[in-house]
Amino acid sequence: MSLDMFIQHLFNALTLGSLYGLIAIGYTMVYGILRLINFAHGDIFMLGAYFVFFGVTLTKLPWGIAVVLAVALSALCGTVIDRIAYRPLRDAPRISALISAIGVSFFIENLGLVVFTGLPKPVYRPDWLVEVINLGNIRILPLALIVPAIAFALVMGLLWIVYKTKPGLAMRSISKDIETTRLMGVSVDKIIALTFGLGSALAAASGIMWALRYPQIHPFMGVFPGFKAFIAAVLGGIGSIQGAMIGGMLLGLIEIMAVAFFPALSGYRDAFAFILLIVILLMKPTGLMGEKLEEKV
Amino acid sequence: MKFGKVGIALALVLVFAAGAFAADTVKIGVFLPLTGQMGFGGQLELDGIKMAYKEAPTVLGKKVELIVVDNKSDKVEAANAVKRLIEKEKVVAIIGTYGSSLAMAGGEISEKAGIPQLGTSCTNPLVTQGKKYIFRTCFIDPFQGAGAATYAYQKMKAKTAAILIDVSQDYSVGLANFFEKSFTKMGGKVVAKLNYNSGDQDFTAQLTEIISKNPDVLFIPSYFAEGAIIMKQVGELGGKFKIMGGDAMDNPEIVKIGGKAVEGFAYTTFPYDPTMKNMSPIAKKFTENWKKAFPGKDPNVNAALGYDSYMLILDAIKRAGKADPKLIRDQLEATKNFPGVTGSTTMNATHDAEKPVGIMMIQNGKRVFVDVIQPKL
Amino acid sequence: MKTPNKNRDLTLTTAAVGLLLVFLWWANGHLDNYKIQVLNLIAINSILALSLNLIYGFTGMFSLGHAGFMAIGAYVSSLLILPPVQKEMIYILQPLIWPFSVLQAPFFIAVLAGGFAAALLGLVIAIPVLRLGGDYLGIATLGFAEIIRVVFTNLTPITNGALGLKGIPNYANIWWNYGWCLLTLFFLIRLINSNFGNVLKAIRDDEIAARAMGINTFKYRVVSFSIGAFFAGIGGALMASLITTIDPKMFSFLLTFNVLMIVVAGGLGSLTGSIIGSAVITVLLEWLRFVENPIDIGSFHLDGIPGMRMVIFSLLLILIILFRREGIMGMREFSWDSLISRFSRGGEAR
Repeated sequence: MSLDMFIQHLFNALTLGSLYGLIAIGYTMVYGILRLINFAHGDIFMLGAYFVFFGVTLTKLPWGIAVVLAVALSALCGTVIDRIAYRPLRDAPRISALISAIGVSFFIENLGLVVFTGLPKPVYRPDWLVEVINLGNIRILPLALIVPAIAFALVMGLLWIVYKTKPGLAMRSISKDIETTRLMGVSVDKIIALTFGLGSALAAASGIMWALRYPQIHPFMGVFPGFKAFIAAVLGGIGSIQGAMIGGMLLGLIEIMAVAFFPALSGYRDAFAFILLIVILLMKPTGLMGEKLEEKV
Repeated sequence: MKFGKVGIALALVLVFAAGAFAADTVKIGVFLPLTGQMGFGGQLELDGIKMAYKEAPTVLGKKVELIVVDNKSDKVEAANAVKRLIEKEKVVAIIGTYGSSLAMAGGEISEKAGIPQLGTSCTNPLVTQGKKYIFRTCFIDPFQGAGAATYAYQKMKAKTAAILIDVSQDYSVGLANFFEKSFTKMGGKVVAKLNYNSGDQDFTAQLTEIISKNPDVLFIPSYFAEGAIIMKQVGELGGKFKIMGGDAMDNPEIVKIGGKAVEGFAYTTFPYDPTMKNMSPIAKKFTENWKKAFPGKDPNVNAALGYDSYMLILDAIKRAGKADPKLIRDQLEATKNFPGVTGSTTMNATHDAEKPVGIMMIQNGKRVFVDVIQPKL
Repeated sequence: MKTPNKNRDLTLTTAAVGLLLVFLWWANGHLDNYKIQVLNLIAINSILALSLNLIYGFTGMFSLGHAGFMAIGAYVSSLLILPPVQKEMIYILQPLIWPFSVLQAPFFIAVLAGGFAAALLGLVIAIPVLRLGGDYLGIATLGFAEIIRVVFTNLTPITNGALGLKGIPNYANIWWNYGWCLLTLFFLIRLINSNFGNVLKAIRDDEIAARAMGINTFKYRVVSFSIGAFFAGIGGALMASLITTIDPKMFSFLLTFNVLMIVVAGGLGSLTGSIIGSAVITVLLEWLRFVENPIDIGSFHLDGIPGMRMVIFSLLLILIILFRREGIMGMREFSWDSLISRFSRGGEAR
């Protein structure tokens, strides 16, 4: 493999990895606090992309405003889902909430199929995002650099919220012990709603960026990225924001490099992610950056 | 008592004999989805069959009687429809149907009864597999792969090719297989063969690898959901080769999603389209007659396949010299270079039609029928 | 007190099984193919639900790998019952490699082999991943199932890849399916009520306490997991022969999820619940198909809406979990005692 090609692969991996990482952060936040695998995360991701699509095509909004509105609307969806489908199950066995999450996920996907139809829709992309930059033989989309930059900025912002603000303190407290936190006078439900809102906003943001990179949207577009991102979150150590980003990058790198070095095995690409996951779980059961989580009883 | 039995037997014989003598018509059954999900395709095929019937209403000096039954796009109905055609109407051959699942459900019945059945557009390889009495006028899906390879090698002058396959779809795997066989047989070289799974959206790793091999053409037998995205990524990664695909990519949305990236993309399809240039005389006549018969309604390939199916059955009966199901079956099997609207048809060993493949191309943002090609197997 | 009841229960159970057989015999002769198909699916889903219930409901191991075990069972058994001629015909890309190309077995042996292959794989997976707990175990088992699916998609010389296996002999009639279903039920009832079963329940309720009592919990969990995998393999093998075509796409997460839902709807930790859940969910899923079919009411025509069935179904699922989270049976089991006492209490009230 030539050096040029290797660098090209690296850039491909960087873009894919940072997208995975971005989706993974949303998973990790919710799981860190509630120990709930929010299966609907990948579907909010899809909704975000559709909201932008409708914003641009139906209401003819400028792209930038459509994006902001889509993110806000998705955050709202996230909190509504929490209110209806998860909050009544706070003290139920964890499997109940998980089943409910899967139910919500199927519901959104299939409602999407009914409302949006299964036909893929094109995605509007501002020209400046997709004007290819040539560096010798290496070709990069500005998007490929902007996505990691935005991801990095969002991680920083999120870390600031979690570690430097009051609600962030409450979030961390809930993740350690929900009952004690409640006793200390924190409005637990509000904080959890906020977490879902933030997580869903991130899902929408990553959905929009995903759609820019892979410009076509359909109701099931969130399923595979969602799965992969969840793996990334576990890889990095679920509950850890930095971990999610690192896990995403690692996953992107493995997926791309596996194909790059073993083209004959490209059909096994999806298996690599899971093999990596199982290997890491067996070596370090809490993921790369994870702290030991007490099993909630 | 005894006399009674003989009497009944005699009466039965007489009834049968009367039936046989009355048969100065040749009964051909048609079962198609005229209502339901697939009603649209079935209607068009029926129109094609009826047009052919109008043009050739007799065979072996006898009148042909068409008996049409609606299978309602339903598997159970399809089986019942065939049962009725065979047991009640006593047809000697059956045309139908649109839809592979329907063809299979009906085919079980025809096969058992030993009545030849000629499928119109049912492209799943399973329809005729292991069956003695089941045939079809259309080609099977994977056959298009050979058409794409022939077009790439002969018309695009491609010497090297790469293939990107969806390993989880039998459609994709089948087309790729036929493409590779045909392309290498003609003297071309497949320089890269990479895989992905349905649902993938990032193909950059596979495409970077393919681009490094610098093929003349890339064959992507994918479904619509992935095809346009793949072409977009080829453009972004700077791939300069031509791209080809199969009929699963035929969708008006492709230009909207792919934009400039799909310009020049060529894909295979059935060998008839009312807009095609250089029509054969038969196709020209069919198109003109259709426009007279159905003003304001464009003919399409289903209508053409319906037309060809009827003509082929009639031809087989003629060759058999007798309206006998077994003999018709033998003649269907022996079909060679039968000229039709959809090109010249030869029945292969698995009872699938080997016939030309149409080539469509995206030109200036429009889907244009550009060529008809005889695949080299 | 116990002995006469035991005799009575045995009689009643035998009578109930006899009644079931009579019903099946009647159904086989009088119902149309579609209804018989649904009856068959109920039996197979029961086997699958029972096996997952053993792993999750009775031993507390959150496993999402059922589709993988089913795939193993389905492919192993199908390869054993496919006639060699059919094998030659369907492996059009690459011929089936020896010894699979010549191996043949009667249906019963083939299904059993499918079960054992799944159990073996269960054992191999269990030893590393059962060290994990909770959701991590779920994710790891899901990962294994996905790996199996991807490998089956790519391993064309054995599995025929995406083309799948077609024309599998349709041996799995109503008698085989219900026979296996009763066998599974009988085996699991004996297992759950044995000492072994008590240990499993102890592990589920408090693993640390169980370990403190000197139980080698790991060993018990591995055995329970493998038995669950065994019956999942049996279910997969029967399903393959019932629907006669299989391909790797079939064995996705959705399949596991269907089984999980039956178990949860029926009641985690209730064998009775799994049976009732299978019947209810299977019938519901089939019945809901009507919303996707085109409907004609007089001259009024409604096109079918793809996706509507799952919309309604997922909504029902959310409602069940929100308002009756313990499922139909909770952790209760059917027993003649409770049935009779309810019956007689009803009589007293009158």
